[in-house]
Amino acid sequence: MSASSANTIVSYTGKKLGSLRSERRWALWTAYASLIVATIIFLAPPFYMLVTSLKSSAEISNLQGNPWLVRAPTLENYMELIANPLFRGFFVNSVVITLCVVVISMVISVLAAFSLARMKFWGSQALATGVFLTYLVPDTLLFIPLYQIVGGLGLLNSIWGLILIYPTLTVPFCTWIMIGYFASIPKELDEAALIDGAGWMQMLTKIFIPVALPGIIAATIFAFTVSWAAFVYPTAFVTTPEHMPLTIGVVSQLIRGDTFAWGQIMAGALMAALPPVVVYAFLMDYYIAGLTAGATKG
Amino acid sequence: MAADGTLVAGAPAPAATGRSNTMQRFARRRSTIAFLMALPLIALIGGLVVYPAGYAMWLSTLNRRMTANIGLGNFEILLESDTFWMVIWQSCIFAVGAVIAKALIGFWLAHMLHHIPAKGQRKWRGMLLIPWVIPPALSTLGWWWMFDPSYSSINWLLNIFAVPAVPWLGEPWWARLSVILVNVWYGSPFFMIMYLAALKSVPDQLYEAAAIDGATGWQGLRYVTLPMMQNIISITVLFSLIVTFANYDIVRVLTNGGPRDLTQVFASYAFQVGILSGNLPRGAAVSLFMFPVLAIFAFFILRGINRRNKEQM
Repeated sequence: MSASSANTIVSYTGKKLGSLRSERRWALWTAYASLIVATIIFLAPPFYMLVTSLKSSAEISNLQGNPWLVRAPTLENYMELIANPLFRGFFVNSVVITLCVVVISMVISVLAAFSLARMKFWGSQALATGVFLTYLVPDTLLFIPLYQIVGGLGLLNSIWGLILIYPTLTVPFCTWIMIGYFASIPKELDEAALIDGAGWMQMLTKIFIPVALPGIIAATIFAFTVSWAAFVYPTAFVTTPEHMPLTIGVVSQLIRGDTFAWGQIMAGALMAALPPVVVYAFLMDYYIAGLTAGATKG
Repeated sequence: MAADGTLVAGAPAPAATGRSNTMQRFARRRSTIAFLMALPLIALIGGLVVYPAGYAMWLSTLNRRMTANIGLGNFEILLESDTFWMVIWQSCIFAVGAVIAKALIGFWLAHMLHHIPAKGQRKWRGMLLIPWVIPPALSTLGWWWMFDPSYSSINWLLNIFAVPAVPWLGEPWWARLSVILVNVWYGSPFFMIMYLAALKSVPDQLYEAAAIDGATGWQGLRYVTLPMMQNIISITVLFSLIVTFANYDIVRVLTNGGPRDLTQVFASYAFQVGILSGNLPRGAAVSLFMFPVLAIFAFFILRGINRRNKEQM
């Protein structure tokens, strides 16, 4: 009796398994097909930019043949750009701005997050909510009053004006994710530190920063990518080419005259996009942790 | 709250201990130090967000030369202009269309990624996130070149399948579609990554329980996945609505508002009126029109996040 029932169960599960397996295989094929199609579409624009940047102007303007292929690859577009002092100036401006903004944002947000996550003062809860709301304020809402303010300080057409304003884009989110990371550190650690006679500053530098290092890296990457890619503020505040960062420099200065130097524009755009892509390639996990922290950790 | 280390009580010291002592105690108090640490943040938010917001409201009530207060005159003029109504419509079409497409594509891709063996997921995820990593102003240049009327590489591909050339940026509706298309390309990976994180946080036991109860894949999705992810889905959608609604880079690079101001959204129109035409007060007024919409979205996001925090506690 028991044997026969066991038999039927076996055969039943066997049949069921077979259909499940084919169903699974079909699902797997759909998954791979969708991913391949999506990857081709997602990577087509950067690929085409790369192909164009490797072409000479003559090859670009030649309408014969497949535009997606390059017949005589040349690096002349890149060489010309690297030799161009204006373009090198854009790069230097972007690097200086981004470095300053990252340092300023991290100092402000780590201090504030520590104070908001652990120490609490009158109104700290409201401030934490305020920080999150500030993160939701898009840069296009306030660029006109900021234009007036920056102009009043005499910082239009200067990278210092941008360094002053960019932290409004980075600090709120960095603070927000650092609050999340700091709040997840067990309170026993603070107690131990306090018993050993550590002050608040020591507690922050000796315990919180090392323990929350992944969070700090994620926040730093965020600040870096945001200030590297910022577009609205430099477009509004900087009109002199020698003070432009890369994004607006490439968009406004390489496009000149009637005949567009497409190869050079694409080469410039790719070189400008390289730093964030490199950071992403090496620190992908931190990058993604920072990206998803807003909703999954907050 | 032993862990707070409030050894020095918050109450003010007795007067007898003297003034310097009181000051010292006040300076050593936990909340004072905390406040000082948060001070740069408060200064930043106060000086560069709250003050400009107030200033924008005041600015928007001035006349063009900023010499006289004309009350709500700028808003009235805007509401009477056909171009501005076009801007309102285009902003809504752009934001809603793009966000719906991004959400669906992101959800689909997150599911597909979740289904393949964990070993390969990293590689695919890495490639699929690249559109999000390139600064949008720069990748839009690439799209602009792909949409070029005479050299369009997309039209070349369409031509293989005998599809006639598409006037991507020349015709109003095609231009609108192109702007949405680029935004979807740029934003879908973000949705994908958010949903993937959410999918991974759904416990496997729930699916096992559902499978034992005889649920089909579709039912699993409908009754397990969606309810578990509901919160993240709504937060991501609302967040993306804010960002898309206020988008500037893509329109600026791709169409610069053309043809005939038909792809102009709030941000690009504010830029054109305020900075390029030099009417700062009216530009500020255009920007401020975004505010009520953004405030509503922000309210719902905050509610969603508070709910989520309560669930996790």
